[in-house]
Amino acid sequence: MELLIFYPLAGLCVALALGVIFNNSPVGSAIALIGMMLCLSGIFVLQQAHFIAILQIIIYAGAIMVLFMFVIMLLNLKQGETAGWVAREKNLLLSILTGLLAVGILYKIAQVLFSGNMDAPASLADSFGTVAVIGETLFTDFVLPFEVASILLLAAMIGAVVLAKNKLD
Amino acid sequence: MFESTVPLPHYLMLSATLFVIGIVGVLIRRNVIVVFMSIEIMLNAVNISLVAFDHYMNLSSGQIFSFMVMCVAAAEVSVGLAIIIALHRNKPTVNLDEFNLLKW
Repeated sequence: MELLIFYPLAGLCVALALGVIFNNSPVGSAIALIGMMLCLSGIFVLQQAHFIAILQIIIYAGAIMVLFMFVIMLLNLKQGETAGWVAREKNLLLSILTGLLAVGILYKIAQVLFSGNMDAPASLADSFGTVAVIGETLFTDFVLPFEVASILLLAAMIGAVVLAKNKLD
Repeated sequence: MFESTVPLPHYLMLSATLFVIGIVGVLIRRNVIVVFMSIEIMLNAVNISLVAFDHYMNLSSGQIFSFMVMCVAAAEVSVGLAIIIALHRNKPTVNLDEFNLLKW
């Protein structure tokens, strides 16, 4: 029954991701990306990871995409937009080979995934994915990564201010 | 007729597809902002498979990892967009092919 919800969500995800990379205007790409984030949060809800789903909306659709929109509006992107998404002439062969490799790997992954027989999934606890369980794991087993992440975010904050403030000489 | 839950390969397949779309976006686009968005797509694709394995094995460490991925993505976006603004001040374009100062 969940498949009936999964297929439309996944199809919308893939379609919007294609919309991101094939859109000519950056604003259109950003809006497609916001739609993709929202569909992904729906998929997280389907996996019963409610905390991650909420984080996905708050961090990605709320914070990161607002930052993207700000930068798109700050930069004047009118000029040089006509180039579109043509492959670079100098490494056309390399692009084609890499694209073929990517599609080939995808095909191989699909073949392996659907031919292997897996164990039945573990029975899911009622508390799976709730804030309480995630918080308990985060503050017992993963305290050190949590603290390191705080340092990383501080460094990123200072770095962003320093980089955006000064004129490069 | 339908299984009650979505099988694991479906999630992994969605994740691999989104990752490949992100790679293709990085390869074919020249607009630096769209390349950045493609990197975001790839990070999100990895999150799906982390949470899918978590759901499959009834753990919660994968969700912590996807939380950390989101942290790194936020840091990366703030610094990266600051770099883009600084670059744009230096040279008013967003075409990646025109930034060749570090090439030799």
